[in-house]
Amino acid sequence: MGFTTEKNPGGVLVVRVEGQLIVGNRQELKSVIQEASDNGERKFLIDFSKTGYIDSSGLGALVSISKKIREQGGELRLSGLNEDLRSLFELTKLDTLFAIADTSDQALAAF
Amino acid sequence: MLERVPEAPDPRESDRTGLPLRVYVRRSGSIDSLVRVETRLPSDVAVVEEAVELIVRHCLSGTTASQRFRFNLSVVLSECLANAILCGNAQNPDKVVAVRAELRRDSVEVEVTDEGDGFDPATVRDPTTQDDLEEPCGRGLFLIRSLADEVRFNPKGNSICLMLRRK
Repeated sequence: MGFTTEKNPGGVLVVRVEGQLIVGNRQELKSVIQEASDNGERKFLIDFSKTGYIDSSGLGALVSISKKIREQGGELRLSGLNEDLRSLFELTKLDTLFAIADTSDQALAAF
Repeated sequence: MLERVPEAPDPRESDRTGLPLRVYVRRSGSIDSLVRVETRLPSDVAVVEEAVELIVRHCLSGTTASQRFRFNLSVVLSECLANAILCGNAQNPDKVVAVRAELRRDSVEVEVTDEGDGFDPATVRDPTTQDDLEEPCGRGLFLIRSLADEVRFNPKGNSICLMLRRK
């Protein structure tokens, strides 16, 4: 359970959410992204293919992260949402706010 | 109509930060309550993930609930616990959150009660409007109402009771 990061050869920092993204660990994800951003990273992919569920705190953290990355001239993409997770983005209309790809490969190709 | 069940007589101890979480599980042949799970939690968001996992696992053990049902139940439970801990009890370590989950033949009912002053659910804004789409907060109750089949509050506004139909 947690977050793993990996820099891909194209310069994209891939963050994988393993387990849940909820009220108890949202700050950790924000810190991971903030630290990378402070170190000059500008392209981010957050992958959810190993994620169980996300709550509104997790969704809110993604909204905050997206805003900060955009303000710094960066780019954020999401991938790996299963049908259940995607339904949360559609219900909250956040699917209109994020660039969402089915797989991490597809997301990486779009940077 | 949802029915209110009396509170557990014995809170025992899993409601202090640092102690292992305990859930109390009662199984019966009654259609009205096949399984009843109760617990009391500390006002600490760090316990939410484990509490949700324990409650869902015990409540649905032996059932053929769909993956979507388990997912929706997990999300609404997480939302209710987060609201109770953050908004209701304001993370006050002296306050606890009481949870009751009951498996019935066609549904699961969940009741979450905090020790806060309550709130008026009618004042919560719609987070899906263009103006609020980039707000970091305010989606919790919206998600609960979207995923649960029935939602109601006590008059004080510090206890939420919801029902999800088993599909």
